[in-house]
Amino acid sequence: MVLKTSDHTAPTPAEPPALSVKLVIAGGFGVGKTTLVGAVSETPMLGTEAQMTEASIGVDELGPKSAKTTTTVAMDWGRLSLDPGLLLYLFGAPGQDRFWFLWDDLVRGAVGAIVLADTRNLESSFPAINYFEQRGDIPFTVAVNRFDGQLTHPLNQVRDALDLDPAIPLSDCDARQRGDVLAVLRDLISHALSAELAH
Amino acid sequence: MLRKPSPARATATEQLARTGRPARVRPFTVTGGRTGAQLHLGAERLVSAITDRRYGHRLGPEELAIYNACIAVRSVAELAATTGMPIGVVRVLVGDLAKAGRVLIHPAAADVPKVALLERVLHGLKDL
Repeated sequence: MVLKTSDHTAPTPAEPPALSVKLVIAGGFGVGKTTLVGAVSETPMLGTEAQMTEASIGVDELGPKSAKTTTTVAMDWGRLSLDPGLLLYLFGAPGQDRFWFLWDDLVRGAVGAIVLADTRNLESSFPAINYFEQRGDIPFTVAVNRFDGQLTHPLNQVRDALDLDPAIPLSDCDARQRGDVLAVLRDLISHALSAELAH
Repeated sequence: MLRKPSPARATATEQLARTGRPARVRPFTVTGGRTGAQLHLGAERLVSAITDRRYGHRLGPEELAIYNACIAVRSVAELAATTGMPIGVVRVLVGDLAKAGRVLIHPAAADVPKVALLERVLHGLKDL
């Protein structure tokens, strides 16, 4: 719905109507969601990224392999202009359990979601996969982030370990690489399109 | 109607997390205590200012900040980031500005045919 005044001298907006489309990037804490959004966004990331404080140490389990020192507390977003009247927004869903209450609001109206997974800590992607499976109304794909360029396990083993429905696309990417991330985005939209056409 | 308390809690949490201390002004003071916008505005929803001097009514400082920030089309998320206001507050104030004829809220993705939209997104992504 476009809101306008009912005034007969209808004023003209500064810009012609444009459309925006939202995708949600989900996954466990420290899996690379912020990196992925930053790899393709045309705007500097203006999200609310706060330094971890002492209070959160011991709450967030980072593990010995992680050099991560900050985390996303509310949401990061990025923007891609797809054509003159169409903007794509990517929103990173907060990874920690204590921010789950934000998810329903964030996901509302999204055309699709990507669950980013880390093979060193696959369990951390279970809650996000469960969330989208249970909702059933948001098409989603799973992308394994190749940390340091390495895929540690073949994708078929990852699919088994995640107990992922064969209909859900699974791929791997380097979340730092724009080309990789764009491929993941295209796969998601293709999947959403197939799902919509199958309705 | 039951309303989830999450927007107010979320914004207070954001503020606390960002600055390490509670907000000096409680976030929904500027909205007169209203935490729900009349229509749901997703964070991706686009807003642009309607520039017409005939609409002379005074804007409060927060409304004016939002109005000035969307002279070029901006999403609700961008308006929150550029004005430093919590997203829940921006939603309410954008709703007020739209009602007063000062901003245009652009169509939502849900308002247009899905298949054509997804094809357009895919086409755009392939051209990048």
